[in-house]
Amino acid sequence: MKYYNTLIFELSKQGRIGYNIEERKIPEVSLPSHLLRGTKADLPEVSELDVVRHFTNVSQKNFGVENGFYPLGSCTMKYNPKINDELATLPGFANIHPLQPEHTVQGLLKIYYDLQSMLSEISGLKAYSLNPFAGAHGELAGLMIIKAYHEKNRDFKRNKIIIPDSAHGTNPASATVCGFETIEIKSNPDGTVNLEALKAVLNDETAGLMLTNPNTAGVFEKDITEISRIVHEAGGLLYYDGANLNALVGKAKPGDMGFDITHINLHKTFSTPHGGGGPGSGPVGVCEKLVEFLPNPVVRKNDHGYYMDHAQDSIGALGLFYGNASVYLRAYVYILTFGQEHLSNIGPMAVLNANYIKDSLKDLFELPINGHCLHEFVFDGLKDQSTGVKTLDLAKRLLDYGFHAPTVYFPLIFSQSMMIEPTEVESKETLDQFIAVMRKIVKESLETPELVKTAPHNTIVRRLDEAKAARQPIVKFKDIK
Amino acid sequence: MHKYLPHTREDIEAMLKVTGASTVDDLFSSIPKKLRLTKPYNIPHQLSDEALTKHMKNLANQNQELIIFRGAGAYDHYTPSIVKAIISRQEFLTSYTPYQPEVAQGTLQYIFEYQTMVCELTGMDVSNASMYDGATATAEAMFMAHAQTDLDTILVSETMNPRTIDVIKTYAHYRNLKVIVVPMKNGQTDLEAVTHLIAGKMGLIVQNPNYFGIIEDLHGYSDVIHQAGGLFIINSEGQALSLVKSQGEYDADIACGDLQSLGLPLSFGGAYLGYLATKMKYVRKMPGRICGVTTDVDGKRAFVLTLQAREQHIRRAKANSNICSNQSLMALAVTVYLSAMGKEGLVKVANESMKGAHYLYTKLLQTKKFDILFNQPFFKEFVLKAKFDVNAFEQACLAKGILGPLHLGEGKLLFAVTEKRTIEEMDQLVELVVNLV
Repeated sequence: MKYYNTLIFELSKQGRIGYNIEERKIPEVSLPSHLLRGTKADLPEVSELDVVRHFTNVSQKNFGVENGFYPLGSCTMKYNPKINDELATLPGFANIHPLQPEHTVQGLLKIYYDLQSMLSEISGLKAYSLNPFAGAHGELAGLMIIKAYHEKNRDFKRNKIIIPDSAHGTNPASATVCGFETIEIKSNPDGTVNLEALKAVLNDETAGLMLTNPNTAGVFEKDITEISRIVHEAGGLLYYDGANLNALVGKAKPGDMGFDITHINLHKTFSTPHGGGGPGSGPVGVCEKLVEFLPNPVVRKNDHGYYMDHAQDSIGALGLFYGNASVYLRAYVYILTFGQEHLSNIGPMAVLNANYIKDSLKDLFELPINGHCLHEFVFDGLKDQSTGVKTLDLAKRLLDYGFHAPTVYFPLIFSQSMMIEPTEVESKETLDQFIAVMRKIVKESLETPELVKTAPHNTIVRRLDEAKAARQPIVKFKDIK
Repeated sequence: MHKYLPHTREDIEAMLKVTGASTVDDLFSSIPKKLRLTKPYNIPHQLSDEALTKHMKNLANQNQELIIFRGAGAYDHYTPSIVKAIISRQEFLTSYTPYQPEVAQGTLQYIFEYQTMVCELTGMDVSNASMYDGATATAEAMFMAHAQTDLDTILVSETMNPRTIDVIKTYAHYRNLKVIVVPMKNGQTDLEAVTHLIAGKMGLIVQNPNYFGIIEDLHGYSDVIHQAGGLFIINSEGQALSLVKSQGEYDADIACGDLQSLGLPLSFGGAYLGYLATKMKYVRKMPGRICGVTTDVDGKRAFVLTLQAREQHIRRAKANSNICSNQSLMALAVTVYLSAMGKEGLVKVANESMKGAHYLYTKLLQTKKFDILFNQPFFKEFVLKAKFDVNAFEQACLAKGILGPLHLGEGKLLFAVTEKRTIEEMDQLVELVVNLV
């Protein structure tokens, strides 16, 4: 990587252009000037090559999945197949207006319908709406469904959502956005639900329980059937956060476990690119009694073909149109490249990879949870912490060796969390290289701890002064000048 | 074997040995037996790359690519080839949220450039790194106003896109907030009605240009709203901001809207992106990621996510919003597009769109088959009331490969014209009107 330190605005030269637009010979329009902007937006003036070279240089300051191993726990950083990108952007998809008559978009509607059905089959839920734009948006949709369900039953007291302390931050944040009060319960030492703690808070104000399964420590909720029973007995609904669904692909269905609602992160389990933070996609699925509440629209089929159904009791619209269509197309292609013959191998291979890394390194790292993990696991820092090397240092040192860091300091239930998720796409050779580098870093931590504590050394920039950025926020080019 | 699953049988055996399990199944012993699947999914068979390509092309062919005179929130503007080329680079496409800034300077830098461009367009102090779309960005703006004022009712102009209003209502309902739609007057938001209603409300949301394409005159609003203690929120789509008075110039508190019109394909409604920008004094109420500048230990300029104590991964239930994934790659597309168009090109695109819309408007009126509904200044969209069967017109358009205007009910037709529509295409549409029986 080279340290390219130029902003596009710093390349600007008055009069230079990077566009080619026809000016039609039709009359100019003049509008009342008090409705128009006083000065032009100060955008860069650069040539097309300037733009291309600039963003190529900028791109090279990033680490992507194709650069190397990306063991970011809970993020499921798989290979994003090229064919998915190619087929999802065919002109017959890319150039379609969202408000075209249904008979002119039957191909797209068929894909929606089939993807809804495939997600139903994979998760064991009755029906899906693809609308939510991301995992957190799916959570919000699911929570709205929970609220709509209780409202329809005129059960207005139910305003509390129970969430284990091992959950992703989006869970409690989504509950707040949906107007619920969050009740956080303390987990067992392995991050699973503490049944006694759960029983203690279940009552006639319980709207539902949000659960990630396997949880953020990669552990399956062994008591899930009992959890489901007592939550439902208390009148609550059970929400499945699909962030970790990858572990279960081929092995188990959330619907069979008693979950009423799920969201699925297509950008995790179904390999759509993370895009540096989005776009994602978080289709929301429900059991039979909740189908009427799904966000509008849901694609259905009748004798005339596919159509968009707007249900009366739906929670309503969650976006201008129908979610991130270009993301669904990729997920659809991805599922078909596996088909029923191979899809069921995803979970098993992901789980094998995670266990292999864990068991190859557990002699050197604190392993807070014994036994087999599922798709990911957590180390709680080094076994030998005598030299003061922390999880953050280990993560930064990994960057020096050409690996992305694991997720660090999450889940919050361990103080030195280092959460590793290899996914099913990595070969034994890649995992062996990673294991060897991890062992080398441990050795460095004990012999030359300063080297690790001051890492990274080989990246284009080194540790950043984050406090400075927050103290005097510089959030646009003009703030620099 | 499968091309995305690399393990050979020997690999699996060697790895199992390390784990102490005798089969891969044994690794799943924590899942109760009765919950474990015993048969493959009932999904289609695997398709080879060739078969899959044929299958997808066949499905793509079942969607009609049309000559588009429809907008209503999604616009058929031209996109230079470089946009797709740049956003297809795997360094951008496949990377995660930039939580490890030393190896994510690429993402962070373009976010910073994107924020700068959004601030330029809107005249605001600070932008976040993107929202899902224009409607959800507007709903989040409502939450900001709620957090700032602690009041629970928002005013929304009737001239907004009804789809945006629907989303605002969904978000408001579940957060126990109330939405009052302010009736319009001759196609514009009614300042008198706003003045009458604003007391005790968290603020007003208007769209400019509005749903009917009309460029609203928003002078006087900020005084009325600010005197009442509310926030002024203006939703504008990106392309329009190159011409119409910006949110900053109207002294609005929050700027929001959709940026699909700046270089993103129509793609059946997504992925697009919303933007959200505000005055610095409200930054701590803002949702989403914000990128800032700092230095590394060697004093080099670098970019980093900042002011994160607003966000869900730190604040959990007390966060400003639940947003985590945003539409980052789309923000990159917009940044590349705006770089290529630049200061002059962007204005040209908007001007050509506006010229086309006015050309078509004049020609359509000359057919004498329409009534003028609103006599107001407009940008690239306009509404005319048809004196003919609008369904027959839509069918006649489709038969010629044209996506005609959107029918708003009662014969009101919402037309959109971008710089991509040629004079011939516009004349053809007019011809279809003339030939209607």
